[in-house]
Amino acid sequence: MCSLALFPPPLPYGQTTVCESNNELLSGSSTEDQLNLSFPRESLKLHSRTENSSKAAFLDHSETLWMRSAAAWRDGGLTGLLNEITNSHPEVPKWLSMSSGCILALLQWVSSFHGSLFPHLTLSSEDMIAEFSQVSDCVVRAFAWHPHTDKFAVALLDDSIKIYNPKSATTPTLKHRLQRNVAVVQWKPLCASALAVGCQNCLLVWHVDPCSLSTRYVNSGHVQKIEFSSLKKCQKNSLSFTFNAVLNFLVWDVAAESCVPLQRVGGGGVTFLSWSPDGSHVLASTPSALFRVWETRMWTCERWPCIKGRCQSGCWSPDGSRLLFTVQDEAVIYSLTFTNTPGTSKGPHAAVVVADLSETTFSTPDGDIIVGGEIQSLAWDPRGERLAVLLKGDPRAADRSPIIAVFKTRVSPIFELLPCGFVQGEPGAEPRLMQFHPNFRHGALLTVCWSSGRITHVPFYFLSASIPRLGLSGSPTLPHVQERPADFANQSLFTEFIS
Amino acid sequence: MLRLLHLSAPLLARSALKRKSFMSIILFFLVICWRAAASIAWAVLLLPPSTAIFVILSKFSVLHPIQTISECFSMLTSATAIFSFILLCGVIIMVGFLNFEYYTVIPTIACSKIALFGQLLHPRQLVNSLVHCIMGMIVAWCSAVTIGFRYETLGHPCAQTDGYHQMCLNEYHLILLLGGAFVGFSHSLLGVIHNMNYVSFHTVQQYKYLRFKGCLPLVVKCSATQALYSVRNFIVVYYFLGYIPRTWICKTLNLHLGSSAHPLDSIAGLLDLSLLYHLWISATFLLFTWYITLLLFRIFLTEGYSFPVQSSFTEDADHCLPKVLTEKQPMILKFLALQDLALLSQHSPLRRCEVFSLSQPGGHPHNWNAISKECLSLLADLTQRLVAYHDTVATNGRAKSLSSGSERKTSSETSDFMSPRPTSPLTAPFTPDLDSPFMSPALRRLAAPVEQGSPWYGTVQSPHIMRRVKNFLAKRVLIVYLFNKLPEASSQALFADSQAHIWALEGLSYLVQASFSEDQFGVVQTTLPSILSCMLVLQEAVDRHFKLPHASSKPVRSTSSMGDSTYKTLRFALRATLKTAIYRITTTFGDHLNAVQLSAEHRKRLQQFLEYKE
Repeated sequence: MCSLALFPPPLPYGQTTVCESNNELLSGSSTEDQLNLSFPRESLKLHSRTENSSKAAFLDHSETLWMRSAAAWRDGGLTGLLNEITNSHPEVPKWLSMSSGCILALLQWVSSFHGSLFPHLTLSSEDMIAEFSQVSDCVVRAFAWHPHTDKFAVALLDDSIKIYNPKSATTPTLKHRLQRNVAVVQWKPLCASALAVGCQNCLLVWHVDPCSLSTRYVNSGHVQKIEFSSLKKCQKNSLSFTFNAVLNFLVWDVAAESCVPLQRVGGGGVTFLSWSPDGSHVLASTPSALFRVWETRMWTCERWPCIKGRCQSGCWSPDGSRLLFTVQDEAVIYSLTFTNTPGTSKGPHAAVVVADLSETTFSTPDGDIIVGGEIQSLAWDPRGERLAVLLKGDPRAADRSPIIAVFKTRVSPIFELLPCGFVQGEPGAEPRLMQFHPNFRHGALLTVCWSSGRITHVPFYFLSASIPRLGLSGSPTLPHVQERPADFANQSLFTEFIS
Repeated sequence: MLRLLHLSAPLLARSALKRKSFMSIILFFLVICWRAAASIAWAVLLLPPSTAIFVILSKFSVLHPIQTISECFSMLTSATAIFSFILLCGVIIMVGFLNFEYYTVIPTIACSKIALFGQLLHPRQLVNSLVHCIMGMIVAWCSAVTIGFRYETLGHPCAQTDGYHQMCLNEYHLILLLGGAFVGFSHSLLGVIHNMNYVSFHTVQQYKYLRFKGCLPLVVKCSATQALYSVRNFIVVYYFLGYIPRTWICKTLNLHLGSSAHPLDSIAGLLDLSLLYHLWISATFLLFTWYITLLLFRIFLTEGYSFPVQSSFTEDADHCLPKVLTEKQPMILKFLALQDLALLSQHSPLRRCEVFSLSQPGGHPHNWNAISKECLSLLADLTQRLVAYHDTVATNGRAKSLSSGSERKTSSETSDFMSPRPTSPLTAPFTPDLDSPFMSPALRRLAAPVEQGSPWYGTVQSPHIMRRVKNFLAKRVLIVYLFNKLPEASSQALFADSQAHIWALEGLSYLVQASFSEDQFGVVQTTLPSILSCMLVLQEAVDRHFKLPHASSKPVRSTSSMGDSTYKTLRFALRATLKTAIYRITTTFGDHLNAVQLSAEHRKRLQQFLEYKE
């Protein structure tokens, strides 16, 4: 089993990781790159997040009961209406206010019962996003590379989305009235323009014309709206488009605007969703200690109860045969293997621990640094050769800040994990989000969003050991990069033998 | 089963005459009739639990819960209950058979109000309404007997002033029966308006049980709300016209009107909460059992069927995928074959291998040739339809004079990659193409007599004389209302059968993608230029179509209806699938596509896709 003790020690204070070359991580002081972006918090015009209506700014105006009830129905639904009726004593007959008060109490009692079954339902949608989303306080709320080209979308704290493309000078900005508390952005595969945005109450699908020169899309006709209450996350595949709701797992066909609910008992919603690269499986974790792996041909699922906590994060190998996942409050990475022929053989019976990332102390010139602990998220590069693990750290202890540990991996013929090193940013900056570029030709490119609002790219230059994908790119033309035979032979590492 | 075979004989005989192939009839029986019969059997099996729930709900009283339960038990074991249950089974079988007889995989889209009226007043539809009416009455009788109490019989003895006993009319029984008939009738009418006989295929494949389980809440909700609306309408009708059937029944059966209670077609009589509840619950029960039958029929019919790609026995050759794909009738088999093609191209490497294989002896890629040719001709057909429609709209309805020109133009455009095919006459602008091979037999039957017999169909198709007549009549408001084209309906009609095209696109693109690594003999490469140019031409036509007014406006979605509104968004699905299909090919082949022979225009277009700029 691979553990953090095998890793080279973290960089001294003030040094940042620049790239991997010749099998080692190179460091340096911060470099300026045109693709490295920075969004300082001060530059954003943040609106007050606690107030979600401008009610307080206006004077109270006496309206008829009828008007107020209509407004309450519009804003707060049935509960709002009942509240309004209950609170306007002198105007309504006594029996009406009494009965609506009783119904209200009954409703609250029922919802509290429901909430005791699924505790996360009692959270407000903002809290729910903060609890289950991968990002919390960062200026950059979500990040997504386009699966085929070099452009990416960044969702910022002021609820706007910017699209950067190194080949074009325009950076379109997307804003929408309903685009609040963006939890996730995702490009549609095999499409140049469609971008799905999971917001607080709905799912927006933007169509950003790559040839258009307009830079601002505000509430415009380029957006397709899929409204849903209490949405948290979304992901999409080539045709079907899956996102989760509080208790349902829905598969959407965006173009036809039809949805199929896939209901199973237990769990209570979906918090994290990950499609395998070949589209054959979907990982869906729930707020309870249970996750499901759906097979996308007949949409059947396997239940995987965890012992400790909910499934925190997961990622798939390029061929969709192996799933790595982490569990809340545990410092290990588990692995599951799947066969690509559904129905013929059952999946595995238990997950295997492939890496132990429990706390390890490194002594550096600046003093001891403790690394390890709970895992926030996982990212695997599209060739299956580098695995980045974002360790949560401890926000209370100064010497245990979040850090990214990178493994070298091999999927075939046997699964292997080797330590590679730590990726560190500027002093004081903590990694928040990370994603690998989907088709970087010279190896792997890890994009990291830092708590300071910077987005940096860390390239890993290596020659791919697997068969070159599709044989189009040929061998990468690397500047002075040679794959050195790994000198980890004397170290213990994780290797899974096929029995 | 026997009854089914007997009743669907005319349909089969017609298709047999057309194709002169006996084998696919056998296949039709093996697959489709078996599925229909299985769905009806399941619907009958589900009847006891739903009846039990209905009995409990109809007899429930809050004050005497124990008494309710004992009453229900004694009710369920009585002889009348068993008799009415047998009646209900008969009704379910009949409903199932009507579903089977009237279903279509291509929706009938009425492009104007008058066309909709034409559909409603068609003799076939009238028969359907009448049968539903009678069945509604039967179900209502069963529920009246089940509820018991004051609803049980039509007549009851009543004492007159002179002490002489005679039979009086029980209006509660009558109102329940009439309510059932009304709900059955409105169910049949709404079936036409909401295209309830349209069977759509789902993008997501699921096992039958899971799909049924997923749809059950929707069915309950739909039947409850629809029953509510129907009962409301019925009460309004009964309030105004209730005296007609009442006096008629009294006359024919020689019954007297009870003098004691006030008549039910008064406000006081209708404001009886218990009566309203019983009307609503029996209407819900009726609609629920019928909807369940419909749902099961749809689920069974659209389940994926795996055709063999090739067979080593010559007598089985007619059952193989390439053969079934090319058949035109029955439509459902063609759709199932296309669905199977889309699934196999995506999920099963072994069957893809058979598609790419060469014949033994001879070494010809017969399977691939047949499949790709059929898919390409489907796509080319749609392109032609779109171009013709666009030309018609551009020339403001002067379709006939330009038809030959436009046809020549399209055929010259497309002839380089497809074999000439008997082209259907130009699609009329406002009505679904009746001569298209995608027309279901049911629709053909439905539409043909109206077209010959009545003047309005001709008018809608606007030949010269009829147009003059129409211009004259158009000044009248009612006529304008009736003849006005419904927005986007013509666009919907144009894409009514696009599910077939979507599968063809998916199947082709996935097969081409897989061929990059799986096609050992380079079978696909020979057709790659024609596939690409066919898709690009279609893409151009679709893009042009979406620039027309109303084409890109989103339809209003109705969620609480059993009618399937998938057909309303098929054109958007087709557009997305087409783009994805081209991207799938360009992403797989990348720069290799520069070696494929294409015209300069198409190459330019393809370059846009290669650079992700579409």
